[in-house]
Amino acid sequence: MSDVEPAAMTVGGTVATAMVDDMQPRSPRDQTPTATKVTKKLTSPFGRAMVWLLALLWTVPTFGLFITSFRPEVDIKTTGWWTFFSNPTVTLENYKSVLDYTGGSGRPFSNYFWNSVAITVPGAIIPIVVAAFAAYALSWMKFPGRDAIFVGIVALMVVPLQMCLIPLLQFFTSGFSPLSGGIPQIWVAHTIFAMPLAIFLLRNFIGSLPSEVIEAARVDGASHMTIFTKLVLPLSVPAIASIAIFQFLWVWNDLLVAKVFGGGSKNAPMTSALIDMVGTKGNDWQLLTAGAFISMIVPLIVFLSLQRYFVRGLLAGSVKG
Amino acid sequence: MSAIQSGGTASISTERSKGTIAAAVVIGYGVLYGIRTLLGDGNGPFAQIFKTLYTVAVGVGFLVAFFGILYALASQLKEPWRERARVAVFVGPALILLIGGLIVPSVLTARLSLFTGSNTDKWYGLLNYKAMFTQRQNLLTLRNNVWWVILVTGFSTIVGITVARFADRMRGEPIAKALLFLPMAISMVGAGIIWRFVYANNPSKQYGLLNWIWVGLDPILPGKQEPHYWLQDTTFFGIKSDFLPGSNTVFMIIVLIWIQAGFATVIISAAIKGVPDDLVEAARIDGATDRQAFYKIVLPYVKTTVITVVTTITIAVLKVFDIVQAMGLGGAFENNVLANQMYTESFTKQNEGYGSAVAVVLFIAVVPVVWVNARNQKAMREARA
Repeated sequence: MSDVEPAAMTVGGTVATAMVDDMQPRSPRDQTPTATKVTKKLTSPFGRAMVWLLALLWTVPTFGLFITSFRPEVDIKTTGWWTFFSNPTVTLENYKSVLDYTGGSGRPFSNYFWNSVAITVPGAIIPIVVAAFAAYALSWMKFPGRDAIFVGIVALMVVPLQMCLIPLLQFFTSGFSPLSGGIPQIWVAHTIFAMPLAIFLLRNFIGSLPSEVIEAARVDGASHMTIFTKLVLPLSVPAIASIAIFQFLWVWNDLLVAKVFGGGSKNAPMTSALIDMVGTKGNDWQLLTAGAFISMIVPLIVFLSLQRYFVRGLLAGSVKG
Repeated sequence: MSAIQSGGTASISTERSKGTIAAAVVIGYGVLYGIRTLLGDGNGPFAQIFKTLYTVAVGVGFLVAFFGILYALASQLKEPWRERARVAVFVGPALILLIGGLIVPSVLTARLSLFTGSNTDKWYGLLNYKAMFTQRQNLLTLRNNVWWVILVTGFSTIVGITVARFADRMRGEPIAKALLFLPMAISMVGAGIIWRFVYANNPSKQYGLLNWIWVGLDPILPGKQEPHYWLQDTTFFGIKSDFLPGSNTVFMIIVLIWIQAGFATVIISAAIKGVPDDLVEAARIDGATDRQAFYKIVLPYVKTTVITVVTTITIAVLKVFDIVQAMGLGGAFENNVLANQMYTESFTKQNEGYGSAVAVVLFIAVVPVVWVNARNQKAMREARA
């Protein structure tokens, strides 16, 4: 690990530079913060008050949902959640009833939580593995047309996924598709749509690993697979972590891909089940608030515990079409 | 993992250990498959957790086996075919997915947009596009998309710049920024439910926050403030115009501003922290006020970042779908957007021809934005080099 040369110190400071830097291999030595003197304060009492006001404004809606999900149904339907503080009554009944709630599909809501897990974990792992193999080949294997292929892949970032939905679904339902059942179809669709950006980011990272290390391993007789699994993947953990978190949240929060390729409620994730609940139980806030909060718990945990990686992944994702 | 390693480190692992691993994998899979079959369609906690783990294990196991076995097969070949086959194993799956999943479908979609009928087999020329740009409902959808882009991009960026400026180095800065950024982590469906609750109208006992405030303002404001169904109002706060978005659209736009503002804040804030102190200091010595220093020095310095934010948000807004699904009542109240129209036409109304035309228009709208973004990022890299 310590063989990795520190990336050149950055002088500019635009975000994309920060992004590019974060997506480059670097050593811990390189992490010294740039210029932090106290002289450059641009803030003022009025400005600070505005920031806190905005922060409060941004938090109130989520907070209201959170409070409501713990209030008894009768209270929810007769008083505003802000009256909770004068008359605090807490119950877990809403969570219990939403987990057991079966809509028109006859499946309990808890079922959709597990569907979301089954969709999201491979839905984040598969694209990254496939993209990492390709990124390694595009960086360290020699074959004709290599750079042209990479440019072509980068250009594909322009394509919005809406352009592919109809023909892909036609293929999946045509009988020529090797996949049976909804969840693997959702994985493959997410893998396809994640591919250009993941290859772009991973090739930038894997391609900038020091060539001496890779070549030394080649000289020692290591095969591509050994170099890839034993050397390149461990060195790429920072980049992979950022992309994985971004992809995980993207798939977990996705509605469109799951709705198109899931093939009915059997394989639907929570986002889809919540949309159905809005349609049929639009005013049963004791169910909707608890259900929405259950769907938000996982992203919130990821966000709060891995915020740094999350921000990086988002920055990296900002180049996508 | 074992499959990959046994494929690669042939010199270390012996044939016997390979056989043992293979047997263990097969037996293990058999046992799991047996339990999975026994559980059937059960919905008990154990059944659900086991089935989830089973699905995950099968997906990831297949992936590992796929690359491991193909690579092992490629390694059996003689040079020069061995190296070529290994390249194909590494890069082939990605290329197949990209060609079969992105390039070919895009071409097919472009072709489909020229057809109509329930089987999409009747030649229609450019009539789908003509309908999109002449029929009133479709024009209203385009109008809504334009307003979505203008308002979400504009307000999110303004909030981002404001907070990034005033929060810089203040006490509690990380907390304030995290609170603003939090909506970015949750799904747009979740956000839609949060805001539906804010906008809810229950005339007898008001539990929707917005209506509660609105009615509470009655003694202060002129006119009569009555509880309102905000998400069904097609007028722009009482003004009926084909060029202005309905209030129902505006209240959905607020949700996306709420989501995107944190993104703008975090990115612009990171850029502002990179502005050299000397520049600001020099401006101060020349007599610039804080305000002047910010607008004349700091903001121009982070211009490329602001462009990145604007283009990124624009693309996200063009494709907005989930919010309209969660709060838009199917887009039936003159509040539709392109991505939702693409979905409903293609997958619920079986009008794939028109749905494809909408997808093509979305694609054409995204291209220039991505192009600006790419040029901007290139300029940024060159400025750095």
